[in-house]
Amino acid sequence: MKTTLSVLVENHPGVLSRVAGLFSRRGFNIDSLAVGTTENPDISRMTIVVDGDDYIVEQVKKQLNKLVDVIKVSKIIPEESVSRELVLIKVDAEPQVRSEIIHIAEIFRANIVDVSRKSMIIELTGDKDKVTAFEELLKPFGIKELVRTGIIAVNRGTKTIKIEEED
Amino acid sequence: MKITAAEALIRSLEMEGVEVVFGYPGGAILPVYDSLFHAKKLKHILTRSEQAAAHAASGYARVSGRVGVCMATSGPGATNLVTGIATAYMDSIPVVAITGQVSTSLIGRDVFQEVDITGATAPFTKHNYLVKRAEDIPRIVKEAFYIASTGRPGPVLIDLPKDVAETKIEFKYPEQITLRGYKPKYEGHPLQISRAAEAINKALRPVICAGGGVNSSGAEQELMELAEKAQIPVATTLMGIGAFPENHPLSLGMMGMHGTPYANRAVTESDLVIATGARFGDRLTGRVAGFAPKARIIHIDIDPAEIGKNVKADIPIVGNVKRVLEEILKEVHQKQPTEWNERIAELKKNTFTYDKKNKLCPQEIIEELSRRTAGNAIITTEVGSHQMWVAQYYRFIKPRTFISSGGLGTMGYGLPAAIGAKFAKPDETVINICGDGSFQMNLAEMATAVENNLSIKMILFNNQGLGLVRQLQEFYCKKRYSQVYFGFVPDFVKLAESYRIPAMRIESRDELPGAIDRLIAEKGCFLLECMVDIYENVYPMVLNGSPINEMIGG
Ligand SMILES: Cc1ncc(C[n+]2csc(CCOP(=O)(O)OP(=O)(O)O)c2C)c(N)n1
Repeated sequence: MKTTLSVLVENHPGVLSRVAGLFSRRGFNIDSLAVGTTENPDISRMTIVVDGDDYIVEQVKKQLNKLVDVIKVSKIIPEESVSRELVLIKVDAEPQVRSEIIHIAEIFRANIVDVSRKSMIIELTGDKDKVTAFEELLKPFGIKELVRTGIIAVNRGTKTIKIEEED
Repeated sequence: MKITAAEALIRSLEMEGVEVVFGYPGGAILPVYDSLFHAKKLKHILTRSEQAAAHAASGYARVSGRVGVCMATSGPGATNLVTGIATAYMDSIPVVAITGQVSTSLIGRDVFQEVDITGATAPFTKHNYLVKRAEDIPRIVKEAFYIASTGRPGPVLIDLPKDVAETKIEFKYPEQITLRGYKPKYEGHPLQISRAAEAINKALRPVICAGGGVNSSGAEQELMELAEKAQIPVATTLMGIGAFPENHPLSLGMMGMHGTPYANRAVTESDLVIATGARFGDRLTGRVAGFAPKARIIHIDIDPAEIGKNVKADIPIVGNVKRVLEEILKEVHQKQPTEWNERIAELKKNTFTYDKKNKLCPQEIIEELSRRTAGNAIITTEVGSHQMWVAQYYRFIKPRTFISSGGLGTMGYGLPAAIGAKFAKPDETVINICGDGSFQMNLAEMATAVENNLSIKMILFNNQGLGLVRQLQEFYCKKRYSQVYFGFVPDFVKLAESYRIPAMRIESRDELPGAIDRLIAEKGCFLLECMVDIYENVYPMVLNGSPINEMIGG
């Protein structure tokens, strides 16, 4: 089972290694981890996708909360949130298949960001399913490289995950 | 007037009321030791290794309830502290460790005596700091003491690069702390407290399992009131020893792997386990599936992450044990002894014992010591069979008198911890009970004790090897005794004497009373070496994977 956690942390050096270290030493599995600053430059947000049952997720939350640099940990509910991932795919694109690839990219509203003689780089944003489906379709052409940012997510509507909020 | 960050560090420690620091100098921490040279209030105790400094700080903290402080230089100094820091972490002991670090411009280049100590200690510190800006020192020290001593206590490390330490700053000690990511919760949830009280009132066969949290939050009075008011028998964990007087009729002694048969059986038969400041460690529960199978569980702990981690709690209460018990007590009904108390009395008849087949048994030495000191001593231990016998056969009646490495099980802990203990309570009798294996890990600390005119008594069980590991090999390796006998042991009496510590060796029980007399009467340090049998096992014993009511020898 996958759970997405949104974690607000102090924007201090070493925070990432503390969080990552916690996962490895307690045997928790991370599917993806995306990190960047927030509207407040002192605070970073980590979006972590954890693989594990309720017990594991509960432990992850509690152990994260024990880190002094962790300000807040919230669970992202899929139905009440928007989640996105950005992927860059470098795909083999000999002239004879190029238009076919472009066509697929258009259907997915993906952007072609670089074209060379034998390959192209395509940028796609979407949720996990969309990215996976896109990847599957491009596989037959030969994927040379693929980079994903990992999922980032926000709650829909007026609900926010901020430090002012007390839970 | 501007002062260096190193001076600011010393001033900050003084502001925190620190009286004694245990440490060992070196190159990267030169500026700090230079400032220490001029310090008026702060006393520095030079140990014989950094590990001992960390253990002494933690022994000091355990006995006094205050933050223990240790310091060391970068690189090997810092790595030598590691065992002591991890020991403190596992037992939730408030310690602030200060390490020197190479200058900031050199960090990451593998220069002489550089080690990433904040990275290395992240898994077993509550928090740590690499000081990048000199002006942060007062704030960081203040935060470090606050974090170490509040919530679930634990060690905090401050790593101070040499150039930062030499930088001059305007000293101002902050009055307030703002840590938005750290807000320990002290008060239990009122609803949960009522549920707990109701469960206690309804329970027919309740047992309290008192852990180290009772000792560290000073909740022994509340624990006593609860036990007496509702007639609940009390078992302790290893860390909880002393939280409830073991001569009290409601005491079940220690439970767990080497616990008393009656504690283990009582928990197994109980319908309500009230865990107070205990974490249900694996040495306590035995096979988790067989742990208190008929009981509902009230779990009171200050650390939310402990609740539900090892054993599922029916009524979890996050909060300070003392405060939570105070609240629960208001709603708990007075009870007269019940059938359950009769059953407990019955269970207690089946006690544990040992065979006096040899000329001198370690258990009887501890029994004798217990009788003679009547619980009025601070007993530190090393790790091994002797530690378990102390836990089983010494009757502890006061909190913070059993000082032992529980969670990490660190050999070499006892002697330096005794030194720390003596600084915390100079007027108390401090006795370290050790095996010859553990003793040899930090015996150089006898010099620290002598140098500082500390009176530390040592009882050394010489079985010429590693008794507890030998016992494990007897049970789990079909008596294939691998590397558990020492091919050579020094003459410990002469060794002690070379430290100007009077010492004596005994081999039979007739000599015991006289030896204990002398141990108690000696004004300074004293070593009593007792020749005992390495084949002496610790019983009762719960085998790995067994439930705790299935005990060998119990
Ligand atoms: C630093 C360290 N190394 C190894 C161990 C594993 N260990 C646990 S008990 C023990 C034997 C201790 O021997 P001794 O101090 O002589 O005590 P005894 O069991 O003989 O009473 C050992 C090696 C440990 N607990 N700590």
